[in-house]
Amino acid sequence: MPKADSLQGSLDLLVLKILSRRPRLHGYAIMSAIQQMSGDVLRAEEGSLYPALHRMEESGWIHAEWITKDTGRRARLYTLTAAGKKQLAAEESRWQAVTLAINRVLRMA
Amino acid sequence: MSLWSRIANVFRGDRLSREIDEEFEAHIREAIERGRDPQEARRAFGSRLRQRDESRDIRVVAWLDSVRADTVFGWRQLMKRKVTSGAAILSLALAIGACTSAFRLIDALLLRPLPVAAPEQLYALWRHEIFFDGTPQTFDGWAYPAFRLMRAAVKDQAELIALSYAERTDLTYGSDEEMEKAQVQYVSGWMFNSLGLRPALGRLFTERDDLTPGAHPYAVVSYDYWSRRFGKDPKVIGRTFRMDGSLFQIVGVAPDSFTGTEPGTMIDIFLPTMMNRSVERADSTWMRTIARVKPGVAIEPVRDKLNAISLAFERERAKTFTGMSKQSTDNWLKQAVFLEPAAAGVSGLQSDYRLSLAALAVLVVLVLLIACANVANLMTAQASARAREMALRVSIGAGRWRLVQLVLVESGWLAFLATVAGGLFAWWSAPFVVGRINPANNPARLVLPADWRVFGFGLALAISVTFLFGLAPALRASTVKPASALKGGDDPHSRRRLMHSLIAVQVAFCFLVLFVAGLLTATFERLSNLPTGFSSDRLLTLQSVTERPQRPAVWEQVAEHLRALPGVETAVLAEVPLLSGYTSNNGVSVNGAPPNDVLAYFLAISPGWLDAMKIPLLDGRDFTPGDTNPGAAIVSAAFAKEFFHGENPVGKAFEEASDDGKRTTFRVVGLVRDARYRDLRGPMLPVAYLPFHGTGEADFGRVGRATFIVRTAGPNPFTVAPMLRREVARAHPGFRVSNIRTQSEINESQTVRERLLAMLALFFAVVALVLAGVGLYGVLDYSVLQRRREIAIRMALGAKGADVAWRVTAEILSTVLVGACTGLFFGLISVRYIESLLYQVKATDVAMLAAPWLTVLVATLLAAVPAVMRAVKIDPMVILRAE
Repeated sequence: MPKADSLQGSLDLLVLKILSRRPRLHGYAIMSAIQQMSGDVLRAEEGSLYPALHRMEESGWIHAEWITKDTGRRARLYTLTAAGKKQLAAEESRWQAVTLAINRVLRMA
Repeated sequence: MSLWSRIANVFRGDRLSREIDEEFEAHIREAIERGRDPQEARRAFGSRLRQRDESRDIRVVAWLDSVRADTVFGWRQLMKRKVTSGAAILSLALAIGACTSAFRLIDALLLRPLPVAAPEQLYALWRHEIFFDGTPQTFDGWAYPAFRLMRAAVKDQAELIALSYAERTDLTYGSDEEMEKAQVQYVSGWMFNSLGLRPALGRLFTERDDLTPGAHPYAVVSYDYWSRRFGKDPKVIGRTFRMDGSLFQIVGVAPDSFTGTEPGTMIDIFLPTMMNRSVERADSTWMRTIARVKPGVAIEPVRDKLNAISLAFERERAKTFTGMSKQSTDNWLKQAVFLEPAAAGVSGLQSDYRLSLAALAVLVVLVLLIACANVANLMTAQASARAREMALRVSIGAGRWRLVQLVLVESGWLAFLATVAGGLFAWWSAPFVVGRINPANNPARLVLPADWRVFGFGLALAISVTFLFGLAPALRASTVKPASALKGGDDPHSRRRLMHSLIAVQVAFCFLVLFVAGLLTATFERLSNLPTGFSSDRLLTLQSVTERPQRPAVWEQVAEHLRALPGVETAVLAEVPLLSGYTSNNGVSVNGAPPNDVLAYFLAISPGWLDAMKIPLLDGRDFTPGDTNPGAAIVSAAFAKEFFHGENPVGKAFEEASDDGKRTTFRVVGLVRDARYRDLRGPMLPVAYLPFHGTGEADFGRVGRATFIVRTAGPNPFTVAPMLRREVARAHPGFRVSNIRTQSEINESQTVRERLLAMLALFFAVVALVLAGVGLYGVLDYSVLQRRREIAIRMALGAKGADVAWRVTAEILSTVLVGACTGLFFGLISVRYIESLLYQVKATDVAMLAAPWLTVLVATLLAAVPAVMRAVKIDPMVILRAE
């Protein structure tokens, strides 16, 4: 199984879902979460993660804030917004519909 | 929200970049803390610069970000060359300011809709008519009885509103000594309601205030008058004033925005039409008519109906024209009603200045184009200096469009700064011009708001100007070839060709402006040097009124009193001053023949008036106190020529023939040289002077208003004016001076428009010339700079100074020649459109053509001198070594 960036189109969904479970995560934590929860199958590249985060932030689905950690360094934490929750629901149902359809095709063919 | 934050991010770009960097840094540290190899973590992250750009582009509006960068860069470029930028901005500002100013005037006078409900439904009623003497004209005056019939006829399709010509009238809130002047207009009672106006205070007129002649002594004052005259005192309601012997009571204040329907005049006091003394006269056309056509009603049927009614009315009236020839009457009945859209109101100022303003607008646009060509040349010259910079930008990956944007943004800076400065200029200059439109004692008052219309015009102007002078240099910059530019060998001729064609355009426009300015100036010159036939030297005119009409003998006593005063050389009486605009005319019949088609003009004068005016007697004698009116007359040379076929009329008789058939016989006692009676233009009118002692027959030989003509002893007549004002009141109770003017002032008021046009055209001609001269200088200087190697080689090979000078200027001279010829061509074409503004000036006059030629030639030579000096002084050794 290739570990490559095989998340085409679904990175937004994963990020939103993870943020809905665990608010206030920074970029690295989101990346690690995708990796761990998918059992090391899925992996988000930094090169697509950050543009995606910034795009979703501009769209108003997630909200970012700077915090200062105990170490004195600053980190940027992301939280789901109300608009993001709606978007998550929409993406989730779209995903379900697509996988269902694909499965049906696979079964019938 | 999102777009806004992206726009906001454009203006905090540095901070944004820092934040993105910090986030990435935090990510890598996190990775390292979790035990990843630092190098591996960094490598996995990829190119941070590229990522940062990608994230940045998501979080800003990319094009706006590039515009921001170019704006900052453009500003630095401008500041680097303060003098040239300043000169460019100044010349543009002058031109843009003049354009904006012209727009403000044209908009305020001709375009801006009245601040009333649905102004687009308003139409003014006009007539094409053939005057009694056969000249066609258009006229917007109506008699009230005709108006009443027309209103009833079209009441289902349109509401007609009567509006008198506004007049500055004497009135008083107290005693007669406290007379003051106000702009008074008689209006239909239903006007305010029909125009959808609400009172600012009290009430406005309704239909019920305008029913019976003389029965509605009420007044509505304008907001402006209420503020100026009463300081917005609410107790103004109920106050009374006396005007023309009647008492009026103020019942309300009109809304703030409404200053009347006559652009150029702000009405102070509105009165009901029924209070006008001429309201029942069929032969007095003292008012305009405005129609509010109901929505969805076609105009043409309304016009036909109005035309039929008006014609029937005039036909009925013509039956009483027994004193007129059949031809005159037939001519008169060939009139036709037409409707003109009047959303912007209707006024004499509009008709007088429509063409003048259009001509001025064309002149200022030409000046603007000259200024644009200048700046375009400047930018082109600078672009050549910056060719390497552009080439470098292209080589490191800038797109062509980015280069166009870069140069355009720089042009935008120039245009923006020039528009701001030009706006200030327009803010000052538009009222300045309006203040000079009318004679000083009755200046035009035009509402000149600086609102979104003016702002929008300025913005549109700035943008179009940016593209006008910025696009060519921008496109040129974008086509730069990095290889050849960086080697330093771009084709220099293509750039020079562009600059030269711009110079040709500039010269053509400049020539056109000079040519038109010359025509207008010559017109004014000729009009003001026209012999009037009388002497205005040290002449004061005191238009005076009496409380009750007085016998002419009493007027004579007052004149006698004035004559005895120190500082007064002589004092005489006349109905009105010459050239005051007032005319009185009638048909004339000799030997019982039917009256001529030509009308004669009449003026009542006292004995000694001819002497005081220095109008020489050609034959016969002046009036004596024994002459009667009707009875004796003195006629002008033109009168003798017209009605006595050039024979000596002294001792002969003629009859004054009124419209109503009444004939009055006069015997000619004197013949005088012609003097200007109504206006300066046109032929001398046939004038008959009548003895003042008999005038005022309507009031049984009494006169309520006349003019004392005083020739003062001192050179400045104004020094005795206040004394004369006091003495008239002292000489006899009830006498009062209503208006003092010098005769010269009255003469000058005949040429106010011509003076204004000549003054402005001359100003723009100077500006155009200076701009074109500066442009020429710049281009010549640039071409010498560019060709210095070539010149140096020629000189090294033995070329003489004259030869070099010729080489430098030959090209530009031919360009100027082409430009001037083009300008001449357009000048000869355009002159047709302004013919009615000219007087005794022909476009084909040698002087009219030679003057702009010479001026352009001299300007070219002057502009060429520095460049030629520079070329001749080139030291081949220095230049060739440096290369």
